[in-house]
Amino acid sequence: MSDTAGGRDWQSHPPYLFADYRSTALRAPTRPLIPIKHCLSEMTGPVYGHEAVAPLDADLTRNARRNGEPLGERIIVTGRVLDEEGRPVRDTLIEVWQANAAGRYVHLTDRHDAPLDPNFLGAGRCVTDEKGRYRFYTIKPGAYPWANHANAWRPLHIHFSLLGPSIAARLVTQMYFPGDPLLAYDPIYLGAPEGARERLVSRFDLAMTEPDFALGYVFDMVLRGRGETPFESRV
Amino acid sequence: MRDLLKQTPSQTVGPYFAYGLTARQYGYPNSQIADGTLADETVSGTRIRILGCVFDGEDAPIPDAMVEIWQADSEGRYAHPADGRGSNTGFRGFGRQGTGTDSRNRFLFDTVKPGPVGGEAAPHINVILFMRGLLSHAYTRIYFADESARNAADPVLASVPAERRATLLAQPDPSMPGLYRWDIRMQGERETVFFDL
Repeated sequence: MSDTAGGRDWQSHPPYLFADYRSTALRAPTRPLIPIKHCLSEMTGPVYGHEAVAPLDADLTRNARRNGEPLGERIIVTGRVLDEEGRPVRDTLIEVWQANAAGRYVHLTDRHDAPLDPNFLGAGRCVTDEKGRYRFYTIKPGAYPWANHANAWRPLHIHFSLLGPSIAARLVTQMYFPGDPLLAYDPIYLGAPEGARERLVSRFDLAMTEPDFALGYVFDMVLRGRGETPFESRV
Repeated sequence: MRDLLKQTPSQTVGPYFAYGLTARQYGYPNSQIADGTLADETVSGTRIRILGCVFDGEDAPIPDAMVEIWQADSEGRYAHPADGRGSNTGFRGFGRQGTGTDSRNRFLFDTVKPGPVGGEAAPHINVILFMRGLLSHAYTRIYFADESARNAADPVLASVPAERRATLLAQPDPSMPGLYRWDIRMQGERETVFFDL
């Protein structure tokens, strides 16, 4: 079993119990996790490639249009997915979902009094290329209130789900936007350790910006590595 | 030792994952990659159904969890390139279900019983659990209570304190052939065993 790469780095990930995020109180496991030696079960995972993605899936500005363009600021979200050793994570499925420009989710239980957009669903998918790159077109999401504490607002964010090369590398996370004043008050963002949470903030990149069309944000992600031990010896 | 890149932190799946990850199950117009049906009648193997609930620390069923399962086929082979034992039976092995569409907030997987994947491992299904209030996902495993001989030899089960092993055992339900009951408890006396993968 590899000790240098491949383990879940708890210096980077949030703890289960984080008092400021109230919902963790009754849902956080309380007993120590039991370490597991990686065998085939952990070193494999679901394989969904390009066949799982339709042409418009990576363009959230177009994949739910009914009678016009969605409202809000068009943006490009792009980046690379690497493993800890710096190798590109190729052909891995990324799923995203987000609120619309007014801070409203399509989800049926979202009761926030902000308008839905008939031309925006806020869900999409893409697959990384041979260099680990991905790219979405979307609308910049709005902030929205939530019930965690008095006057609680979520910062602007896009949810990301990555299958990764194995179930051990599975990642669900959220991408934030640079300079968002709400980050300092958000217990979900602050749940990630200091020094690690900053990796969740995308950066604005003029080079990724399409003139006269959309601002570009770059969000690179790092998944757990594979380790170097051949898997056959670990079955 | 080389410097490694730092892992991107996990964040909660939140309460609104349904139209992003499990759209069809919840009745949204877009598609989803996987649901609770892993095997139709064309897949070889013993058909099983896993039915269960995710309970919070007050024993209330959690209505906004997402359960993913990953398993080998009936021959014990994973549909993944790292499993070098030749092609699998055409079975993909991945399921995903939210707990928000059943009236009792249960999850339900229709699949085949996995074969043993090699070595001394007893047949098992790998589980990844996500929910609002869980900032990092949790890993656990489903074993089968009617496999006591193989379970006794399984090194992962052996690493679990004996008094907690029962939390990993799916129990056959005599009311229907192939039906197993397996609940997840986040806290309490019978807190499910979660693994650090």
